Amino acid sequence: MNAINNAAGFLARADTLSTPVWAASTRAAGRAALATYGLPTRRAEAFKYTDLAPVTQAAFGAEGQALALPALPAMRGHARLVFVDGVLRGDLSNLPPRPLSDAAGLLGSLAHATQPLAAMNAALFEDGLFLDVPAGEDAGLIELVSVVTGAMGPIAFHPRHVLRLGQGARLTLLDTSDGVAGLGYLHNPVFEISLGEGAEMAHVRIQREGRAAFHLSSVHTAIAARATYDNFTLNAGGRLARNEIHASLDGPHAMCHMNGAQLVGDGQHADTTTDLHHAAPDCGSRQTYKTVLAGRSRGVFQGKILVSRAAQRTDGYQMNQALLLSETSEMDSKPQLEIYADDVKCSHGATVGALDAAQLFYLRSRGIPQEQARSMLVEAFLTEAVDGVGDDACRTALSEAVAGWWVGERSTAPLAGRA
Amino acid sequence: MLRIEGLTAEIDGKPILQGVDLEVPAGELHAIMGPNGSGKSTLSYVLSGREGYEITGGSVTFNGVDLLAMEPEERAASGVFLAFQYPVELPGVGNANFLRTALNAVRRHRGEPEVDAMQFLKLARVRMKELSMPEDMLKRGVNVGFSGGEKKRNEVLQMALLRPKLAILDETDSGLDIDALKIVADGVNAMRAPDFSALIITHYQRLLDYIVPDRVHVLMAGRIVKSGGPELAHELEAQGYAQVAA
Ligand SMILES: Nc1ncnc2c1ncn2[C@@H]1O[C@H](COP(=O)(O)OP(=O)(O)O)[C@@H](O)[C@H]1O
Ligand SMILES: [Mg+2]
Repeated sequence: MNAINNAAGFLARADTLSTPVWAASTRAAGRAALATYGLPTRRAEAFKYTDLAPVTQAAFGAEGQALALPALPAMRGHARLVFVDGVLRGDLSNLPPRPLSDAAGLLGSLAHATQPLAAMNAALFEDGLFLDVPAGEDAGLIELVSVVTGAMGPIAFHPRHVLRLGQGARLTLLDTSDGVAGLGYLHNPVFEISLGEGAEMAHVRIQREGRAAFHLSSVHTAIAARATYDNFTLNAGGRLARNEIHASLDGPHAMCHMNGAQLVGDGQHADTTTDLHHAAPDCGSRQTYKTVLAGRSRGVFQGKILVSRAAQRTDGYQMNQALLLSETSEMDSKPQLEIYADDVKCSHGATVGALDAAQLFYLRSRGIPQEQARSMLVEAFLTEAVDGVGDDACRTALSEAVAGWWVGERSTAPLAGRA
Repeated sequence: MLRIEGLTAEIDGKPILQGVDLEVPAGELHAIMGPNGSGKSTLSYVLSGREGYEITGGSVTFNGVDLLAMEPEERAASGVFLAFQYPVELPGVGNANFLRTALNAVRRHRGEPEVDAMQFLKLARVRMKELSMPEDMLKRGVNVGFSGGEKKRNEVLQMALLRPKLAILDETDSGLDIDALKIVADGVNAMRAPDFSALIITHYQRLLDYIVPDRVHVLMAGRIVKSGGPELAHELEAQGYAQVAA
């Protein structure tokens, strides 16, 4: 432990917050963890590849009400909730969320203060939403939009979102994070998601923060019997981005999909960390992550699968593929399987490499110039990542985000000298 | 059209081509036959510009221009086409997108206007019909999940669309049944023109019953050891390489 707490700035900020009674225990647990341990350093196993020092050293202002009307992403669903500079804006939203106080029983029940990102959020959250989809209801596609205007300076905001799907309920949540370039703000959202028996949730996340921003998010999901949680995360923005997903398959025949793509350009660090617990028998899980790295950049994938003794007939799969477009990019990959049941099918794999020379030659032998051929192969790699997303509107949003990233990346960082 | 003189090439310091001399005049179709490992594919790759080969001697000119000094895409744009022995799969690249991108790259180089998606579809449909290819092969990833025969036909489709001046067909016939073989042969015969030449690499005389070559060359251990008319293919079939080359 450090002599000086590296989260001192955050703690000082926490001390200025007023906390309602229903949030008091969550707040207290988060604050205590932050005061005792600070933010993890690279000596912590889970943060071996991702250094939070730049976050601890930055100075952030508080979230606040920006007056300027920001540009919002294109509307994809029938309903949206919009956060501007960390504050829920009723005037830009068309869905009245229930107040977070209604989620009192769930708050802090899935995201525990033992998780550093969740602890920081618990100590500091001021806003968030509670989405409650009653049993049997289909809520359709709801958008959760976060934009940062820059009008408030480099703020830190820590929204806490609680979602509950009743038995057999359905929801598609398209969750986008955008922000202005060049502003070193911190977005630290935490999701607590409880899925009732047979519920189905698709959670599509597009992380496209400004390139100087920090994005530290964590999703905590409990999946009941026969329910399905399907997460796809595009991790594309920010100077330093870490997405954690903690999911627990708690009842028989539950299913968890965690897929995603990381687009990591020059000067960026992107980390996807999954932590999946097979706690019940006859459950399935599928994970496929694809990372493209260009310029001087670093990508991380850590994937833990814990199969409890009770979780017989588990069917688990994990694949992590990375495409290195430069000599100065690096991918760290750490699969971790802990299996205590004996009747289990669990496989994992990882590939890290440059563009395939045979494929590149095939394209060039057809007259396609080298740069264009490279670009086609990168797009193909990314297309394959996004193609599996079932919801059409979400898949379109993802494809556009991917294409947008690649157009920008290609123009700023030519892929010189790499086959 | 194509003139190869004393061409020597190695892979990882191992000599493969050991002095190839070959001339293909405009308008002629030449066959190259030879046992496995004699360097046929190596020759086709060296001509089309694949990396990994050290050219240690000799020269190749294509219509008077130094072919070996050009990038692969320049060779293709100026009219060299290789039908791969093992066509490469490109997951995530749609076949239609690939074919149109290639066609437009070559058209740009020739100073011809690019074709849009609709024009391309029209062109492709005609060619695919000739090759008895189902239209859904346009929608799939390039060569992904294609059968061996479908891959070969997709190579011939590319040739028909790109209209090269020199086509190198590397064992395009292997793995084809007799009907597919005829379709492929028809595709090549349809290209015959005073300014079109082809190098047809094959193991079997069978293909040469349908594409009658002007000349047949025997490549052994990286050298052309014998050349002759179409009858040479029959001799090879009957007597084997060792006998004929001796
Ligand atoms: N990439 C490679 N690395 C090392 N040796 C190779 C490679 N490709 C071909 N060779 C060798 O070069 C020789 C000629 O191969 P190839 O041109 O494929 O023959 P063919 O097409 O006539 O069967 C063989 O001995 C083969 O083993
Ligand atoms: Mg060969």
